Amino acid sequence: MVRTQTAPKQIIQKRRSRDAAWWVYAVLIVGGMVTAFPFLWMFLTSLKTYADVFQPAIFPSNPTLDNYGDVLKNTGFIRWFVNSVGVAVVSTISVLIFDSMVAYTLAKLRFPGKEIIFILILSTIMIPTEMLIIPWYLGSLKLGIANTYFAIALPGMISAFGIFLLRGFFEGIPDELFDAGRLDGLSEFGLYTRIGLPLVTPALSALAIFNFLGNYNAFLWPLIIVQSQEMRTLPIGIALFSGEAGTQWHLIMTASSLAVIPVLIVFAIFQKQIIEGVVLTGTKG
Amino acid sequence: MTKQPKKHFSLAQRQAVWAYTFLLVPLAFFLLVRLYPAFDSLRLSLLDFNSPLKPAPYIGLENFKELLSDQVFLRSLWNTLLYTLLGVPAQLVLGLGIAMLLSNINKAKGFLRAVYFAPYITPIVASAWVWQWLLNKNFGPINAILTSVGIPAQPFLQSPDQALPAAVALVVWQQLGFQVVIFIAGLEGVPRMYYEAAELDGASPWQRFRFMTLPLLNATIVFSVVIATSGFLQLFTQVANLNPQDRGGPLDSTLTVALYIYRAGFESSRYGYAAAVTVVLFVIILLFTILQLTVLRKRVDY
Repeated sequence: MVRTQTAPKQIIQKRRSRDAAWWVYAVLIVGGMVTAFPFLWMFLTSLKTYADVFQPAIFPSNPTLDNYGDVLKNTGFIRWFVNSVGVAVVSTISVLIFDSMVAYTLAKLRFPGKEIIFILILSTIMIPTEMLIIPWYLGSLKLGIANTYFAIALPGMISAFGIFLLRGFFEGIPDELFDAGRLDGLSEFGLYTRIGLPLVTPALSALAIFNFLGNYNAFLWPLIIVQSQEMRTLPIGIALFSGEAGTQWHLIMTASSLAVIPVLIVFAIFQKQIIEGVVLTGTKG
Repeated sequence: MTKQPKKHFSLAQRQAVWAYTFLLVPLAFFLLVRLYPAFDSLRLSLLDFNSPLKPAPYIGLENFKELLSDQVFLRSLWNTLLYTLLGVPAQLVLGLGIAMLLSNINKAKGFLRAVYFAPYITPIVASAWVWQWLLNKNFGPINAILTSVGIPAQPFLQSPDQALPAAVALVVWQQLGFQVVIFIAGLEGVPRMYYEAAELDGASPWQRFRFMTLPLLNATIVFSVVIATSGFLQLFTQVANLNPQDRGGPLDSTLTVALYIYRAGFESSRYGYAAAVTVVLFVIILLFTILQLTVLRKRVDY
């Protein structure tokens, strides 16, 4: 008995300490360099002067930060950034509140019509955004809300995918915990906020990160509903900036760098949570 | 006697009241912002609707009939299929390959994984700009490398033949990190003891991959294929930004169905016709999903 229990362990430890062959590292490093090259090129171009941009050299001969001042001063960049972050923050908070409420209700409360409501919500995952944008647009015109923050954020205020994800986590909590809470005199709302929510925080943070990034990067709907320069979100601002900047690649690369840098900083800080979040959404969803 | 059932009833009732209170706003949202617009698209697809200010006569299936002979639409349909057929296998093979290599190394694993993942969270618009510049015929670094080894400069995005594969490359680069992370998680779920046993039994690396890794990863592969396919079938942002002056160009060679919906609806104001295209796209996505779930799911049961 003792032998059979320890033998595999020893092999595993041996295997773990044995590192991969050199070519594995070589392939991964070359692949990583190819993957990272567009970022590197973007940053280096943003440091070049206009005259330098069309030179084949990778590194700027005369590195300058002037382009950054130029973009921040002469375009609506800061406004676009604030718009994007604002819309992303508001819709993420809304998604966290409503998605968790619905998921908790569907997982833990008993009431007539539960199955139908769940199927109804789940079925909306199947509808592609493309099928909704024309009625959304025409409806916004009718209601007079086109080109408002409300219209930009509205479609992302609740996420069926998030409900589906969180419901799985709420279902994993044993009913006994809630029964104990009831005996302690917690209200139904208290059960949700005091027992339910704290136990699904990893799923909530994964949902928050993805929802934020998804809204920060959203393109199709804002492109349609935004009609004025100052209402643009960052992706729309950068996309339309091209027409206004012509072939000023150093400025386009600077604006792109400015859009990418905050995301990379957030990623560097929350790397572990973000990657765990992908795994969580991937394996549960 | 009468108190007992009443008390029980009031607890159930209390739960139901809370449930409907919690569900009130979200249900209204799903009905008004998701389901109603989807049905409204169906209705619009039967109308000759070109302006919200003009009457839109009912024309039955005319929009769908027109689609059958619309060369640009058929081109977008063909392109979308091509994107999916090129992109999904490329993403799958590269994603699984890199994940397998990454899960075998001890040093710098987290760092390398982060490098591969970074493009996934980068704003697509910014990425598309960088790729335009990277692939530029006259000033792009990729052509500088090609010419330095004696290969003539390639037009890439300016060429109707090369633009679609170039766009696929951008999407694969951008989505690869997601696939890698999903596959690493899948591989971690495979007990190492299985491999030890197979190795001791003299199974070659290929045999271990073919008869152990692939079957054990089946659920992960299904998930990854479904996600990648739905992404390619709805491809819009990457393509729209790779050629912003001529979205879907050159000569509609990179046009996707989603981009055609945008052009028909919001550049030509043919809302009814664009709605008909969205109905077709919905049916295609539905068919693909059913097909994948029935064909691929079957293989999960070993």
